[in-house]
Amino acid sequence: MNREIEGIYILWKRELLRFYRSKSRIIGSLGMPFFFLAILGTGLNNVFPMAGGGNYMQFIAPGIIGMVLMFGSIFSGVIVIMDRQFGFLKETLVAPISRLSIVLGKAFGGATTAVLQGVLIMLIALLLGAQIQFGNILLLLFFMLLISVMFVSLGIAIASMLEDMHGFQLISNFLIMPLFFLSGALFPLSSAPWPLSTASMLDPLTYGVNGLRFLLTGQSDIAFGTCLAVIGIFTAVFIGLAIFLFNRIED
Amino acid sequence: MKLSSGTAAKAIETNALSKHYNGLKAVDAISLSIDEGTIFGLLGPNGAGKTTLISMLVTMRKPTSGSAKVNGFDITRQADSVRKSIGIVFQDPSLDDELTAMENLELHAALYNVPRQERKERIEELVKLVGLEKHLKMQVKKFSGGMKRRLEIARGLVHHPKILFLDEPTIGLDPQTRAGIWDYIKKLNESEGITIILTTHYMDEADKVCQKAAIIDSGKIIAMGSPEELKNGLGGDIISIKCDAHEGCREKLAGLSWVKAVLKHDGILNVRVEKGEEKIPKLLALMEKNGVNVESVSLRKPSLDDVFLHFTGRTIREDEAKPADAMRLRRKFMRR
Ligand SMILES: Nc1ncnc2c1ncn2[C@@H]1O[C@H](COP(=O)(O)OP(=O)(O)O)[C@@H](O)[C@H]1O
Ligand SMILES: [Mg+2]
Repeated sequence: MNREIEGIYILWKRELLRFYRSKSRIIGSLGMPFFFLAILGTGLNNVFPMAGGGNYMQFIAPGIIGMVLMFGSIFSGVIVIMDRQFGFLKETLVAPISRLSIVLGKAFGGATTAVLQGVLIMLIALLLGAQIQFGNILLLLFFMLLISVMFVSLGIAIASMLEDMHGFQLISNFLIMPLFFLSGALFPLSSAPWPLSTASMLDPLTYGVNGLRFLLTGQSDIAFGTCLAVIGIFTAVFIGLAIFLFNRIED
Repeated sequence: MKLSSGTAAKAIETNALSKHYNGLKAVDAISLSIDEGTIFGLLGPNGAGKTTLISMLVTMRKPTSGSAKVNGFDITRQADSVRKSIGIVFQDPSLDDELTAMENLELHAALYNVPRQERKERIEELVKLVGLEKHLKMQVKKFSGGMKRRLEIARGLVHHPKILFLDEPTIGLDPQTRAGIWDYIKKLNESEGITIILTTHYMDEADKVCQKAAIIDSGKIIAMGSPEELKNGLGGDIISIKCDAHEGCREKLAGLSWVKAVLKHDGILNVRVEKGEEKIPKLLALMEKNGVNVESVSLRKPSLDDVFLHFTGRTIREDEAKPADAMRLRRKFMRR
């Protein structure tokens, strides 16, 4: 047991080390959300005063944080493909630890780096003047971690099915982008035509964004309890899927 | 401590071990046993099944049929015990390039649950052995091919395995680095008594390092023994004649009572005889009588290449150039 925990810990640490080394990746990953906040947030602030009294910057800040969490964690999961291509995966696959521990180490590691990115963009949002408050920091961090674990697991599940990075473009365009636009990160979807609003209800990120919006602004379309429960279920399903698919990798 | 009566303990025992890929018999019912403490070579051309055999022994791939024991543990039922007791250097690189050498080694030590207080000492000892003590803090992506290989060997030893598997440890390295790596391997075997199982298609290197070798082709072992035994098994000397010999000449030679075998490839006739130095004049006279133009003649003891040629009718090098293999290699490369 101790052995498995040590394995999970060292694989978690590896993700952090790699994250720390890849400064350009961090900056690159914060570029797009920064411009969303700086340009859309400030630009549309006066054009679209929200009905509830808040402003647009305040509306999209939680959405952009959710986006960073999702992008960062799916990407960390999909990196499994590169571990496979560059051979490091073999080193872990023949080590005397279970595949479950490998997946967990990777998932927690990737999620931690995603949360770090989320926190960074949150600070940037504050600097740009978003009126967000931190009620319960521990709950906020926990919720961010949960969202991230969910998406890293999804990334690992996808990566376990792909042979190389060629499929990544496909994932990016046909999975990540729709998940983002349907989540209500940029505009509310509750009053959109039914195909959109239904699709939005099936998007796990919708619950992530709404939960974050509640924690950061006190307002959201979906109750926080519901968000937490739905994200919890998606996390369990995706972890299960990731473990199942990862187990099938031969080498 | 086992007090066995003359028979050494077995590091490896396989029983009709097979691996099929969609009908292709990559490993075809191999039964072999390897004594503890030996340097054992699996020799054969590309695609012979060496890597597949090793992958099964290290519990990476599951056998299609048959069974094997590594350090006395069954590779399917006791995979975890097998893993703890072996070290592996894969054919393809398997380091994390973004991490430093030290971080790669520490990661390995943790994955194998090496006691914390021993890690530092073991790592220091090993990097000295492979001459990387000055590069511990360097990111692996800045390493040369040879340094990476040496680091992988050190890593494979961090958890003090009883067997070290080395799949083509010197492939793609320059001759000097290759020689260095073989030196480490010998040193390890002598000082630690560790069993070493390696694959290579450099027959000359295998000859120098291995105490025992199996020649493997198309998934089957076609000959096994010490390099000396294998070479002596052919018997006598080999006279290589470079000439414009036609088929008839080969047949005539093969028909002579004192000629053991004649093999022709690349326009060279390899004639195996006893007491070669006495046979050269005879051969030359014969060739002249038949109007064959002889360009050069040389005499040598059989090499492992000759052993391979003897059993398969081809040389290992011819095999490397076969288009099918080139295709396979290219595909492999593209998959990375
Ligand atoms: N994953 C795989 N899927 C299908 N065929 C494979 C796979 N791995 C190896 N092979 C085939 O099995 C045979 C043996 O390959 P391998 O064990 O790599 O040989 P070697 O290591 O001796 O060069 C080759 O014909 C190769 O193409
Ligand atoms: Mg091979």
